[in-house]
Amino acid sequence: MKTKPIAMHPTDMQSLSESSIESTEMKSPAASSVVCATNLGLTFETADGPVTALTDVNLTVEKGDFVSFIGPSGCGKTTFLRVIADLEKPTSGTITVNGMTPEQARHKRAYGYVFQAAALYPWRTIEKNIALPLEIMGYSAAEQKERVARTLDLVTLTGFGKKYPWQLSGGMQQRASIARALAFDADLLLMDEPFGALDEIVRDHLNEALLKLWARTDKTICFVTHSIPEAVYLSTKIVVMSPRPGRVTDIIESTLPKERPLDIRETPEFLEIAHRVREGLRAGHSYDV
Amino acid sequence: MERQSFLKDRLIPIGTVIVAIIAIWYAAAVFLNAPFERDNAARNGETITFAEIVPKTMAQERPVLPAPHQVAAELWDTTVNKAVTSKRSLVYHAWVTLSATLLGFAMGTVLGIVLAIGIVHNRAMDRSLMPWVIASQTIPILAIAPMIIVVLNAIGLSGLLPKALISTYLSFFPVVVGMVKGLRSPEQIQLDLMHTYNASSAQTFWKLRWPSSMPYLFTSLKVAVAISLVGAIVGELPTGAVAGLGARLLAGSYYGQTVQIWAALFMAAGVAALLVVIVGLAHSAVLKRMGARA
Repeated sequence: MKTKPIAMHPTDMQSLSESSIESTEMKSPAASSVVCATNLGLTFETADGPVTALTDVNLTVEKGDFVSFIGPSGCGKTTFLRVIADLEKPTSGTITVNGMTPEQARHKRAYGYVFQAAALYPWRTIEKNIALPLEIMGYSAAEQKERVARTLDLVTLTGFGKKYPWQLSGGMQQRASIARALAFDADLLLMDEPFGALDEIVRDHLNEALLKLWARTDKTICFVTHSIPEAVYLSTKIVVMSPRPGRVTDIIESTLPKERPLDIRETPEFLEIAHRVREGLRAGHSYDV
Repeated sequence: MERQSFLKDRLIPIGTVIVAIIAIWYAAAVFLNAPFERDNAARNGETITFAEIVPKTMAQERPVLPAPHQVAAELWDTTVNKAVTSKRSLVYHAWVTLSATLLGFAMGTVLGIVLAIGIVHNRAMDRSLMPWVIASQTIPILAIAPMIIVVLNAIGLSGLLPKALISTYLSFFPVVVGMVKGLRSPEQIQLDLMHTYNASSAQTFWKLRWPSSMPYLFTSLKVAVAISLVGAIVGELPTGAVAGLGARLLAGSYYGQTVQIWAALFMAAGVAALLVVIVGLAHSAVLKRMGARA
């Protein structure tokens, strides 16, 4: 951000700096980047007074990136994901998704969202659950069938299409919910602690599967987590966030290769990045309780 | 879980309760009808022993409380021994009441669902309508039923429809309350999911809110169908007791025909039970189709 040594009214300065950033940055990176946030802030008005969930977030996500957001609860990582998804409206700053406002991007069905819980509809079979967005978006019956089969295969759930959600384990349910987010042609996948409720063994397995899936589909993924190994293992870019108020304290570009077997987590390179993430969390006083 | 045994889990507990009720009923019939027999004997200057009283209390023509077998005999006589088209047939009267019940129940269900949809989707309706819906049920139905009958009669409506409207008046309420809760039952995460798909309100309604509300709907319908019957019976009282179970109740009380009153009461209870069972079966069938655990 450019600073101008001219005395100005604070609000003027803010609007000027915002507009200058827009004029310089919006044209080049924002147009090509998938997500571009500038001085983004969000304050919730609650009964106990305003709560700042996000302040001054500047971030660019490029096409094909796997970006993890890590931080303790209350750091605004989920809120930021919800802002991208147009589930929350920012109160200051600007954000673009595929060069549009989040609302326009949502209208164009630009992203698939995977929630913390699988949120499958219990009265629909797995294949009907995956077909839900396709039905809403008006795909033909033949195309629905073809896409359901393809995405079931992608998350290795072939053969489970006729089952109801309660007949599947938690890990399988979450895989089905990922399949549902992949079924339509959104290049952006937003994942909000999708494996948070699963045990470590299942989580390892799903992390590996997710990386393979990412490599096969060439999607851009924004991934919220509170696990350092998970963030480091998965990401090309790690955004470290801090609470009170929610803000970005560090952005780490991963130097790990794109091909990542599970045992990469014991290499010095991996541990070094994990260390830097931990330092970032500490710098943000994330360990003070 | 242990397999359910019909004998152990159903027949014995339910049978025990029924036997107990019948025993208490006979005892009460003897106790309540005995004074009449004693007065009778005293008038005739006779003395009567308890052993002589007991059989007489169970065979009076107009007992204070008829014995169970008297009611059973009356039920048998007026259902099996009379042609169903006869005005003396309880089946005929039950059908008259049932037709009003079913029409009122259908209208009440539709009205209740429509109001619930309005309340869930429109803030103004939520604020303005719900208090009126609740207030409507604080008015005693016995007070308002004759007025509905009279007013509708004045504009040329009589017979089935006024009775059905009283059923509607009673039965829409549980449907509104249940469906408002049911249509609001989807979790925020499920609604957010629809939002991310940019689904229209109609899509969110048919693919999420409506299926979510099914268990609430059927629970409400069970209550609604039973009070629909009550509404239809109450609606028959001010019509001059032409036909229907309500008419049988009224005629019975005019002429002190207690056996007839009790037979009509049991018929009404039987019809209500049948209706609730049918709604219950529809409930299980719908839930099964919606993939509920067996």
